[in-house]
Amino acid sequence: MFLQQLVNGITLGSTYALTAIGYTLVFGILELINFSHGSVYMAGAFIFYILATQLKMNFIAAFALSAAMTGMLGLVLEKMALKPLRKKGAAKITALISTIGISIILQNGVMLLMGSETKGFPSVFQGRYFNVFGTDVAFIQVFILLFSLVLMLALSYLIKSTRMGKAMRATAQNSEAAALMGISIDSVVSFTFFLGSFMAAVSGILVGMYYKSIDPGIGYLAGLKAFSAAVLGGIGVLPGAMLGGILIGISEILAAGYIHPGYRDAVAFAILILMLIIKPGGLLGKPTQRKV
Amino acid sequence: MNKLVILLLFLIIILLPFLGIGDYILRIAIMAGIYIILASSLNLVTGIAGQVSLGHAAFYGIGAYTSALLSLKLGVSFWGAMVAAALVAGVMGFVIGLPSLRLKGGYLVITTLGFNEIVRLILINWDSLTRGPMGLPGIPAPSMFGRAFQSNVPYYYLILALAAITLFIIYSILNSRIGRNLLAIREDDVAAEAMGINPSRYKVTAFVIGAVLAGIAGSFYAHFVSYIDPQSFSFDESVTILSMVVLGGMGSMAGAILGAVLMVALPELLRFLVQYRMLIYGLVLVVMMLVRPMGILGKVPFDLNFVLGAKRPDRTRERGAG
Repeated sequence: MFLQQLVNGITLGSTYALTAIGYTLVFGILELINFSHGSVYMAGAFIFYILATQLKMNFIAAFALSAAMTGMLGLVLEKMALKPLRKKGAAKITALISTIGISIILQNGVMLLMGSETKGFPSVFQGRYFNVFGTDVAFIQVFILLFSLVLMLALSYLIKSTRMGKAMRATAQNSEAAALMGISIDSVVSFTFFLGSFMAAVSGILVGMYYKSIDPGIGYLAGLKAFSAAVLGGIGVLPGAMLGGILIGISEILAAGYIHPGYRDAVAFAILILMLIIKPGGLLGKPTQRKV
Repeated sequence: MNKLVILLLFLIIILLPFLGIGDYILRIAIMAGIYIILASSLNLVTGIAGQVSLGHAAFYGIGAYTSALLSLKLGVSFWGAMVAAALVAGVMGFVIGLPSLRLKGGYLVITTLGFNEIVRLILINWDSLTRGPMGLPGIPAPSMFGRAFQSNVPYYYLILALAAITLFIIYSILNSRIGRNLLAIREDDVAAEAMGINPSRYKVTAFVIGAVLAGIAGSFYAHFVSYIDPQSFSFDESVTILSMVVLGGMGSMAGAILGAVLMVALPELLRFLVQYRMLIYGLVLVVMMLVRPMGILGKVPFDLNFVLGAKRPDRTRERGAG
């Protein structure tokens, strides 16, 4: 029983980790909490739903295309609603409110286009599972775990070793100095939004397949949990997002199993508040100096 | 000229129930009064202290449920229930505000979003107390001098008084040490801290006052409509209140009033747009930030001297800063 819960928790947690990466990357570079991230996650799941069920695309093509399209969506939203504010040097609060607006437009736009009722989500695994030491492990769970692991390894390599990754880290440390070194801040920000939205879409599709359903409201709770994961691990720290995601996933499932299923969505929030009180820098966060 | 218009406006507001308008319009006016309190109190947090909150509806709901439950289950009078609602909302505001506002950055926006969801979950799941999604019917009307409110007219004057008190409180805060410190923190918290201001203390104070006022609005709402359910205090409601503040003008008291009145009246006038309501609010937030972040009334000050015509405030300086 406990082992079963643990498997479920880790599966769910790795999807939170994928979404948390988007928060943590954007926060690292712009010091902005991108409130629209949860809605982008939802949009990714819906794009896949349209491609796979209404346009009858093949699974792999639909998966790749919807993740890429969501990445582009994130990039375009940043260019339209946030970049002009950045250029004007507007106060941080305007960017935050702008992302809230984007989030509401996305959610209600999807609701008007697709209806607000829950939709059955296609899954290629048809609920098949196998048994290890008395614990049922579904194929979809293995798929989610392996896929998340591969994506995170690829991401770590990208941030650590590629030109763009180095540019991202330099911008996160000091964007003015990075700009003086010839790094185009605009393309770094665009790429960051693309990457974060891409990951969020993958996460949204995986969760959709796991629960076999989606609706336009899934973004808020997913966003809240992923943000809690990012804060738990240390916002701005990449491995922190991964660790935080897994921990939030496990605690959520354990709380649902052993405390009360009605409050499973409250766990991430409780952890978030506790972290903000005890150690706002997060588990893996380094103490930072404030730049004046 | 200005003085005459304002005087006329005051007269209309005070004599509104006797101007031959129907009950329907009076009801809208009362709702506008509730939203004036909500928008003004959020303006204190978001416009003046510079902290974006997406959980204002949660405090509104906590006030409504506290007040309704106290009068339904324990028979507490409306006035006692309203005081209790304000206290409970204030304590919850402190509990949420303290951890989120101690830190720099927009943590408050996510913690208040989460808080709003949690309050909704509790209201829905705690069946034995709140009757869950079925809501609480039959909340008694307030009574004054031993007589229960019969028509909408006493409700109108009560909300008018509550809104006036709210505006007076916020006006006093703005023109006090606390208000000036809040503005300093909003503009540059590092500089403010260097001047000896403790930012988290003032931010939390503003947040708690905002929560208390929202709790009072909730209490009035519960006893006015006599039926409440968790759906009335959802995240969408918080977004609506934030849109009012942004549309009217962040930091402007007159702006919050204008935003509240406009956004209560417009959906009534434009019924065919109702299904696009939230979409439009989202657009309001994004477009206003791009085009006019200071809102409609931006830097128009709310100054009693200005209203009374005693002294014109110096606008040139502000135009330069804007």
